[in-house]
Amino acid sequence: MEQNNMKRSPGNIPDEWFSWKGKDTEAAETVARPSLSYWQDAWRRLVKNKLAMAGLLFLVLLALFAIFGPILSPYEVNKQDLPNQYQPPSSDHWFGTDNAGRDVFTRTWYGARISLFVGLMAALIDLSIGIIYGGLSGYKGGRTDNIMMRIIEVLYGLPYLLVVILLLVVLGPSLSTIIIALTVTGWVGMARIVRGQVLQIKNYEFVLASKSFGTKTPRIIRKNLLPNTMGPIIVQMTLTVPSAIFAEAFLSFLGLGIQAPFASWGVMANDSLGAILSGNWWTLFFPAFFISFTMFAFNVLGDGLQDALDPKLRK
Amino acid sequence: MLKYIAKRLLIMAVTLWVIVTLTFILMISIPGSPLNSERNTNEVVQANLEAHYNLDEPYYVQYMLYIKSIVTFDFGPSIKQPNQTVNDLLGRGFPISFELGIITIIVALISGITLGILAALRHNGIIDYLAISLAVLGISIPNFVLATLLIQKLAVDWNILPPATWSSPAHMVLPVIALATGPMAIIARLTRSTMLEVLTQDYIKMARAKGLSPWKIVLKHALRNALMPVVTIMGTLLAGILTGTFVIEKIFAIPGMGRYFVESINQRDYPVIMGTTVFYSAFLIFMLFLVDIVYGILDPRIKLHKKGGA
Repeated sequence: MEQNNMKRSPGNIPDEWFSWKGKDTEAAETVARPSLSYWQDAWRRLVKNKLAMAGLLFLVLLALFAIFGPILSPYEVNKQDLPNQYQPPSSDHWFGTDNAGRDVFTRTWYGARISLFVGLMAALIDLSIGIIYGGLSGYKGGRTDNIMMRIIEVLYGLPYLLVVILLLVVLGPSLSTIIIALTVTGWVGMARIVRGQVLQIKNYEFVLASKSFGTKTPRIIRKNLLPNTMGPIIVQMTLTVPSAIFAEAFLSFLGLGIQAPFASWGVMANDSLGAILSGNWWTLFFPAFFISFTMFAFNVLGDGLQDALDPKLRK
Repeated sequence: MLKYIAKRLLIMAVTLWVIVTLTFILMISIPGSPLNSERNTNEVVQANLEAHYNLDEPYYVQYMLYIKSIVTFDFGPSIKQPNQTVNDLLGRGFPISFELGIITIIVALISGITLGILAALRHNGIIDYLAISLAVLGISIPNFVLATLLIQKLAVDWNILPPATWSSPAHMVLPVIALATGPMAIIARLTRSTMLEVLTQDYIKMARAKGLSPWKIVLKHALRNALMPVVTIMGTLLAGILTGTFVIEKIFAIPGMGRYFVESINQRDYPVIMGTTVFYSAFLIFMLFLVDIVYGILDPRIKLHKKGGA
């Protein structure tokens, strides 16, 4: 062994410079870098995306303010104070007051509660129905899949907001009916994504192995298929939340959203349409700012997650 | 290709039937009748009114009458607007909404694609960052907020453009900007990302090696492939613009379909709600169908399928 080594060294370098150190089998087998799970790696890449992290930070702050914001303010959400209507932002009223003298700061955080609640609930319900429907359709395949997909195709053709408006006309506008209306056809997009993923993954060997051990279908879907489809599902969820928030604001704006005395951002924006023309910009500015920034934050976070969770981009 | 069109037509018909039936079921399950108002009409008048609008027939007869009225494209009289049929409202409002929608689509497509191409060509340059920022802002700001801001700044503060109505090209500028910004942003983002992908392909390198001018490469070779995803999302964009016209027409006081629709919702004017919903849905579903066909014509893979499949 040693002699062999010496013979091979190039002519102009003296052989004495080299010596055999022996073999360290343990060192050769150690992994130099810590092993990262899929989620750790995704998180590491998400942290590097500054815009997405800024979005995440904004959303965390927003959630904190939605929970604790009203405590910071001495005013009640629906307390009218007519002599003090249209006060510009000051140390008394941080965001000013609206047409009925209500404190915009307090109302903004109550609005945040409603907007975030509507967005998250809609996304969660879409997720549950979409996973069950898409998972079954993709996993069963064949005729079942065919029929289930035809139904989806029909539902997908229905104009989303028109159906929502129709439903709200009938059900009457309230917090729960808005969430119902938003999810009646909203789950279709999620179901399509889950089905596409499941179709792809169900043919992999580890699923075949699981099947040959006699695992039951629900367990295969739960344990083998779903964890591997989480990436696209999470991305779809971060995009569902802002679209639900937008839809709620849009409906409130048409007079079909949350009804007084509740304050959602859409209601606040709608109420202050007239006010802005008389120069009381803050009544529109704050709800509009928070609608826009929440959508912005969810969108950049969704984009960031899309890159971070894509296994193809893993380094 | 024929088989494909036939399949799409069938799904289109079923979707239409679903929306028509759904509309009917929802309308008859609304609590209260549109004829119930604060005025106390005597029973004979009430019965006559109900007979006039066929509200006294059993549901299946109403359903048949309803289907018949839709097939013959006659949506009946409006309940709240005296001496007006739904067709009158549609005939008056639709051309205006259609004009608004078409101008918006054209503006959004041209500006979005241009912005997307410029951003892709100057990847990571100033134009790219500007385009991305503009796109994300455009997606995040709801059109009704943008519309109000535009009126406040351009019409009220600076007095450059008229704030409302729909009577001259100058009146069209603000509503079209408010409505087109969102779709423009989506198109720009999509064009940019696919353009970036296409530009790294071998056939683009080949075209470059042949010594073609950069603009010729972009316009003749890259753009056609980069635009496929834009065609795919046209259906969704159309639906968004269509529902967007509801609020935009409300804010800018444009006498289009959207405004009648919103008014009819607030007044519980059943025939108008049903008529406009069915009309809008049929229009949208037909547009989605057209988009699919255009996609089939543009995408060479579907063309191949036609030759092999027939």
